[in-house]
Amino acid sequence: MKAFAYFPGCSLEKMALSYHQSALESARRLDLEFRELDDWNCCGTTAYFAIDQLLSNTLSARNLALAEKLELDMVAPCAGCYKNAYFTNVYLKHDADLAEHINEALKEDDLHYSGTIQVYHLLEVFANDVGVEEIKKRVAQSLNGLKVAPYYGCQIVRPRKDHEEVEDPRYFEDLLSATGATPVNYQLKTRCCGGSLLITSRKAAFSMARNLLQNAVDNGAQVIATACPMCQVNLECYQQQINQEFGAKFNMPILYFTQLLGLALGAAPKELGFGSELVSAASVLSQIQKKEAGK
Amino acid sequence: METRPSFYDEISNMMYATHGEPISTCIQCGTCSGTCPVVEFMDNTPRDLIGMIRADLKDEVLASNTYWYCASCFHCNVRCPARIDIADMMYTLKRYSIWRNQYPAGVLGPTFAETFVKMILSGGRSYEPVLAPAYIFSYGMQGFLNEALTATGLILKGRVPVLPPRIKRLENFRRMVGHVVPVSNLVGETE
Repeated sequence: MKAFAYFPGCSLEKMALSYHQSALESARRLDLEFRELDDWNCCGTTAYFAIDQLLSNTLSARNLALAEKLELDMVAPCAGCYKNAYFTNVYLKHDADLAEHINEALKEDDLHYSGTIQVYHLLEVFANDVGVEEIKKRVAQSLNGLKVAPYYGCQIVRPRKDHEEVEDPRYFEDLLSATGATPVNYQLKTRCCGGSLLITSRKAAFSMARNLLQNAVDNGAQVIATACPMCQVNLECYQQQINQEFGAKFNMPILYFTQLLGLALGAAPKELGFGSELVSAASVLSQIQKKEAGK
Repeated sequence: METRPSFYDEISNMMYATHGEPISTCIQCGTCSGTCPVVEFMDNTPRDLIGMIRADLKDEVLASNTYWYCASCFHCNVRCPARIDIADMMYTLKRYSIWRNQYPAGVLGPTFAETFVKMILSGGRSYEPVLAPAYIFSYGMQGFLNEALTATGLILKGRVPVLPPRIKRLENFRRMVGHVVPVSNLVGETE
């Protein structure tokens, strides 16, 4: 059984509880052990960089140190947490002065970070560590051609971490195919949802989210799968306001990819946090069950 | 008389200090502007802004809404042929503008960023309801009502925490923060 240090991040405590539940349930069904960091703190999000980057790195470093204490690589389901932890890890490994400064601060909590672990996003762990072939074998209930738009968003794909494909990544599609779903090709799959502009520059953010929803609809998506709590909130919770703003009629369920993966692995909707949607996912569930019944 | 570093020098040095690449290699190709998903809402395109920094147009740069409209999606970063960390440049300008208290009237970014950081430093974790006053009154009556409706929906679905979450070792956490940001008013209330 492969184990990871699990850093859920603030959103998954409540706003994105269904992501938390479905991530753990899917991991359990794939024989992964996720050990939650003890007393983790906020990753820094995007707001910190405008104030002080050292502060942002220090906050992420505390979480890295907590994971290192478990002697496990870190996995983060939130794209923002992942990006911050990933790059803080890179900086600490390559900048001895920064590492020394931050380790001095970590002493206040009896912690130290030596740079021995790696940081992964949840999507990578399922797509790479478990692997598409293994997931295919574990599928208990095929998603039977459900048309799913894989929404990568920004921070998983960018900034560039290594030599990975940033223009047209395909691992999300591969993961969805393994569950029996049909991944939808659409141009905006790595475009920004608006992020925190939703609060600071609402007009811009609504327009960005609208474009995404429209692009997914135009390409036949029945549901958008996200891998980030902020993307989920912008696309789902503000869908009604976006409809009002643009005179649109979007009624697009926005689910976490782990909710779809969990269904395919045989979990019940209740175990995956279904029921807390603002845009009903009933169409998704009935489509799967209908196909199941007519098989 | 000693020559002061130019505005361009200041921004470049700040970027060096935070691992950003220099902007001196910009060839003004405009790939960033063509890529940016927010460009239509910006006073100046990212390419313009780089040109303006290099021309030392400090007041014009700081008066532009462009850097506060950057969503840090890093799309320009991965496409820039000169490998300039443009999103980091925008963050650098955000920081600079907060330090100088000089940014365009009406941008909500500075208040939001400060409110957010104070919130985290007081409990160690994020608590969305605290953020509302930083923006909710700026959308007019209809916007206010829409936002209240969305919030109500979220509360009914149990997606908004009632009490602010707190980490267990909060005192240690605050002392840790004090090491890197020795400014007491940022560290938040100890209620």
